[in-house]
Amino acid sequence: MHPIRKKRLTIVLFLLVGLSVAVGLTTYALRQNINLFYDPSQISAGEAPVDVRIRAGGMVEEGSVVRDPESLKVEFMVTDYSASVPVEYVGILPDLFAEGQGIVAMGRLNNEGRFVADQVLAKHDENYMPPEVAGALEKASQAETKSAAENAKPATY
Amino acid sequence: MWQFFHKLGSPKWFFGISTRFMPWLLMSGIVLLMAGVVWGLAFAPKDYLQGNSYRIIFIHVPTAFMAQSIYIMMASAALVTLVWRMKLADVFVKAVTPVGLVLTFLALFTGAVWGKPTWGTWWIWDARLTSMLILLFLYGGVIALDRAINDEKSAARAVAVLVLVGVVNIPIIKYSVEWWNTLHQPATFKLTEKPSMPAEMWVPLLLSVLGLYLIFGWLACVRMQTEILSREQRTRWVKEFVLKGKV
Repeated sequence: MHPIRKKRLTIVLFLLVGLSVAVGLTTYALRQNINLFYDPSQISAGEAPVDVRIRAGGMVEEGSVVRDPESLKVEFMVTDYSASVPVEYVGILPDLFAEGQGIVAMGRLNNEGRFVADQVLAKHDENYMPPEVAGALEKASQAETKSAAENAKPATY
Repeated sequence: MWQFFHKLGSPKWFFGISTRFMPWLLMSGIVLLMAGVVWGLAFAPKDYLQGNSYRIIFIHVPTAFMAQSIYIMMASAALVTLVWRMKLADVFVKAVTPVGLVLTFLALFTGAVWGKPTWGTWWIWDARLTSMLILLFLYGGVIALDRAINDEKSAARAVAVLVLVGVVNIPIIKYSVEWWNTLHQPATFKLTEKPSMPAEMWVPLLLSVLGLYLIFGWLACVRMQTEILSREQRTRWVKEFVLKGKV
């Protein structure tokens, strides 16, 4: 390669590497601001500020959704399978909201460690499948837990 | 090898060779895109969770994929402009920037339309959406910078530097969903793993991505040819081309 071109190439590569390092360090320093939400472990560890508008995200714990029969108030636990945070919300939930589904809630954490949400968004994962397949998978996992329970029985008496 | 590389840089040579394979690009692109989109929108099974509303993925993913892909191609061309001062590389950047701008806009728009029924919001400032918006502004900035400088050569260099600086944004878009908490879900297609959807969903998606790629190739050729003709209008081969209709 021509020496002038070689020189230009090195300059451009240096520029790119330097720039990547700069941007990398900046985004690393700002990671808490770039993160859209706090997860339940961070909240229960006290990393999230109290009484400041923040977002909390995680999975809706199975069997934790309690609906108030008189109003639109809903209470549920948000979990990341290592810690859970109780959330309360008054309003209409998105269609995809269900137990075992991911959500991102916006609101304030109160002094008792409860998260009072004023907006709940549904988060879905990257897995797509036809309804029949999902049904079959669920059946299979139910059969598995059932047989696991049966297998476990003889050991308990 | 270097000889071939330099031949590639000749606008006249490119003009002749691209005319030959452009019809094939367009035809195969339309066939693949139509097959993918019709299959995806009408025949692919619906999703267990989102029902039919997930079908916008067959538009959203191809446009978003192309928007980033075009930027990577532009950055490679910008490198060639800066190091080898090859005219054709600059012609490419200038020709495809508006295409990238439109596709980025479409990706953001279809994403918003998809987000409303599934997430419950049109827009959220999460890392993926924001970095994609920055890509839209980068495309706009490249066009503006190119228009702002009258001299062709200095415009080419300035644009190339801007395009190269902006390429840092591409890995940020790609990995935003893994590095940070986002509302946007991680990628369904991964290079190393099986796609996390069944074949009757990912095959039409792949077809529409490939189809859009080919149509982009055709569009890039058309726009590059136009740009070459206007830049080289004083040369003899262009005058002959205008008179005879062929190179």
